Amino acid sequence: MARLTIPAEELMRPGHSACPGCGATLVMRYLLKGLGNQTIVTVPACCWTVIATPFPTTALDVPMLDCAFEATGASISGLRAAADKLGLKDVTIVGFAGDGGTVDIGLQALSGMLERRTDGIYLMYDNEAYMNTGVQRSGATPEGAWTTTTPVDALSHGKVEPKKDIMAIVAAHRPAYAATVNVAFPEDFVKKVQKAKAIRGPRFFHALAPCPPGWRYSSEKTIEIGRLATDTNIFPLYEIEDGVYRISRKLGIAKPVREYLQTQGRFAHLDDKQVAGIQAEVDARWKRLLALEGLA
Amino acid sequence: MTSYEMEEDLPEAPIATTPSDVNHTASWRTFRPVIDLKICTKCNVCWKFCPDDAVAFDGEGYPVIRLDYCKGCAICAEECRPKAITMVKEE
Amino acid sequence: MVELVISGNYAQSYAAKLARVQVVSAYPITPQTAIVEKIAEFVASGVLPAEYIKVESEHSALQACISASALGARTYTATSSQGLLLMHELLHWAAGARTPVVMGVVNRAVAPPWSIWTDHTDTIAQRDTGWIQFYGESNQEVLDTTLMAFRLAEHPEVRLPAMVTEDAFYLSHTVEPVDIPSQEEVDAFLPPRERSSTIQVGVGMRLGSFTGPEHYMEFRHKIARAMGRARDVFLEVEDDYARLTGRNHGGLLPTYKVEDADTVLVTMGTATTTARGVVDAMRADGHKVGLAKLRTFRPFPVQELRELATLVDRVGVLDRSFTFGAAGAAFTEVAGALYTAPQRPLLRDFVAGLGGRDITAATVREAFLDLLTRDGPESAWVELKSRTEAS
Repeated sequence: MARLTIPAEELMRPGHSACPGCGATLVMRYLLKGLGNQTIVTVPACCWTVIATPFPTTALDVPMLDCAFEATGASISGLRAAADKLGLKDVTIVGFAGDGGTVDIGLQALSGMLERRTDGIYLMYDNEAYMNTGVQRSGATPEGAWTTTTPVDALSHGKVEPKKDIMAIVAAHRPAYAATVNVAFPEDFVKKVQKAKAIRGPRFFHALAPCPPGWRYSSEKTIEIGRLATDTNIFPLYEIEDGVYRISRKLGIAKPVREYLQTQGRFAHLDDKQVAGIQAEVDARWKRLLALEGLA
Repeated sequence: MTSYEMEEDLPEAPIATTPSDVNHTASWRTFRPVIDLKICTKCNVCWKFCPDDAVAFDGEGYPVIRLDYCKGCAICAEECRPKAITMVKEE
Repeated sequence: MVELVISGNYAQSYAAKLARVQVVSAYPITPQTAIVEKIAEFVASGVLPAEYIKVESEHSALQACISASALGARTYTATSSQGLLLMHELLHWAAGARTPVVMGVVNRAVAPPWSIWTDHTDTIAQRDTGWIQFYGESNQEVLDTTLMAFRLAEHPEVRLPAMVTEDAFYLSHTVEPVDIPSQEEVDAFLPPRERSSTIQVGVGMRLGSFTGPEHYMEFRHKIARAMGRARDVFLEVEDDYARLTGRNHGGLLPTYKVEDADTVLVTMGTATTTARGVVDAMRADGHKVGLAKLRTFRPFPVQELRELATLVDRVGVLDRSFTFGAAGAAFTEVAGALYTAPQRPLLRDFVAGLGGRDITAATVREAFLDLLTRDGPESAWVELKSRTEAS
């Protein structure tokens, strides 16, 4: 058979409770392939709280510590401090939180962890809404998206506000390393994780996790949609290492955002004007990213 | 799997230690993937993108669907470039 | 052993140092700040080789402690009032996860209006969380009890978090002579933490988990049983401590001159010292009075209160908190303990000292005299500036 392009070892077990086609499970799977088994994962309230299955089973082959919704950043700091005191210096501490648990309720603790320079990894898996509780909008929900709290009706046409730029917020804290990763590009994902593992200091990942029930698409399209997110520049793949930006993947000509938006029911109500607005916004952000890459 | 009927059987703290493999999620699916080994090029893409750890390999390196776990999401069928996988309705 | 004249806050800091805490995570709040400043000094000088996580909120402080404790480290934090209230979610978490975190709490009134002065509302509001709770009367007691709290919390039969309180300013900022045990003495009393039921690296395990109705009650009952065992374990721990230092602070409900008393006041915290003086003065006047100190609020000294009830006719409870819609918290719990007792004395509630209003000898004397001469009201606010009857 062809050589495997990502490590063979599975540290995520089968029999977990994720929806069919769940992007968040692939995020965990690729993360753990990159980190290996000397890892402790701390998880706040989010889809993965449930995906990991109820007592008495667990879906990971590494220790998992549940923590409070707001507090992932603090949990990472606590684990790191204890690990250092107990002589477990080679153990990687990872916080694995959803978008709501990071950009909204978890922002303060994340900021604290970064500011304290905690030697740990914070991974935000982004399905762009509070999915575990049934698709309510979060600060990471993209502009225009339908959710249960930004429905489409006479007085409401999806989320009004733009998506919070978590990478910009994280970058302002000058982490040792930050990167966007996408389940549609597993080799890039694993490579970045392996790179981060070897770096000391606060590290952050923004992982795109397409969600069939929340984004309203048929489950087999998860990877295709993930791919389109990057190829339309809606979710560019890049790294920030010691303040230096490096884009991981550049198409000669990006695909139009419409190709991405039309795959998902949550955007079905958008009119041409709204799509044009989104295109303009994406183009501006891409230009800005290119400029950031240009800065030495 | 350990049975936790009584308080005395529970661990003192809420610690789960049984691997989730005991949960067979086969009943979740409506369609199951069928791989045509004549078309399959053993590229491993189905294994790479499966969210449920439901793709194993046989002695010759061909993918084998672990039907205990496959939820029928069809990502494998969608991503298989030679189109060796078809989704067949479960009876 | 060394005698230093130190504040209640420093008593906590010295206890944490002697306990060889490994991870401290704290956020500043008046009047706790000196506790963590002193610990920071200990760490900076190398005297205490602990990791000190300077978190961005109290909520994060307790989460950091819980996570560190879950991995097996001995952890400590301290807070007060609003900080404790902010931590509330995580107090439940620490008990539910069975992490033996020890916390110092400087009892301070809750806002609004803002008040930095003492009352017990903040820790009373945590009595449902599954934490062991001690109320401190003196700086010596605070230091000793904090050391005992580590051993009690980590005891394999208990494994519950524990808090040791001290009244704001009366203890936190007032210096008293305190015997500080030597490191050797404390090491003999408090061995390194045993790492059972903690996270093991390389093992597929999940601490926390989630469950439905089929398991949840039984996990909670385990906490109930552990709190029940904490009673007897504490008495053993204090015996051990007494053998080492010569100091025994009297268990869960230390009493004073109750053996031949017919009227007793139940007190908490620093008001106890004042009340003891009043007991002596009133006895000199011929009143057969005594007092009992609620030293542990959790586990609540039900057995001891029922024994006390067989000795006396009238019991007054001096509350430094009030549960709106009900009565003072200590009174409510004493009433609960005595309801099914074979002997039930007259029981009355005296609410005093909220927001740092001084509980003077005169205050206590007034409460005693009222208790001796009237059967009611059941719950009264003492020295309230009101033109109508305070109840």
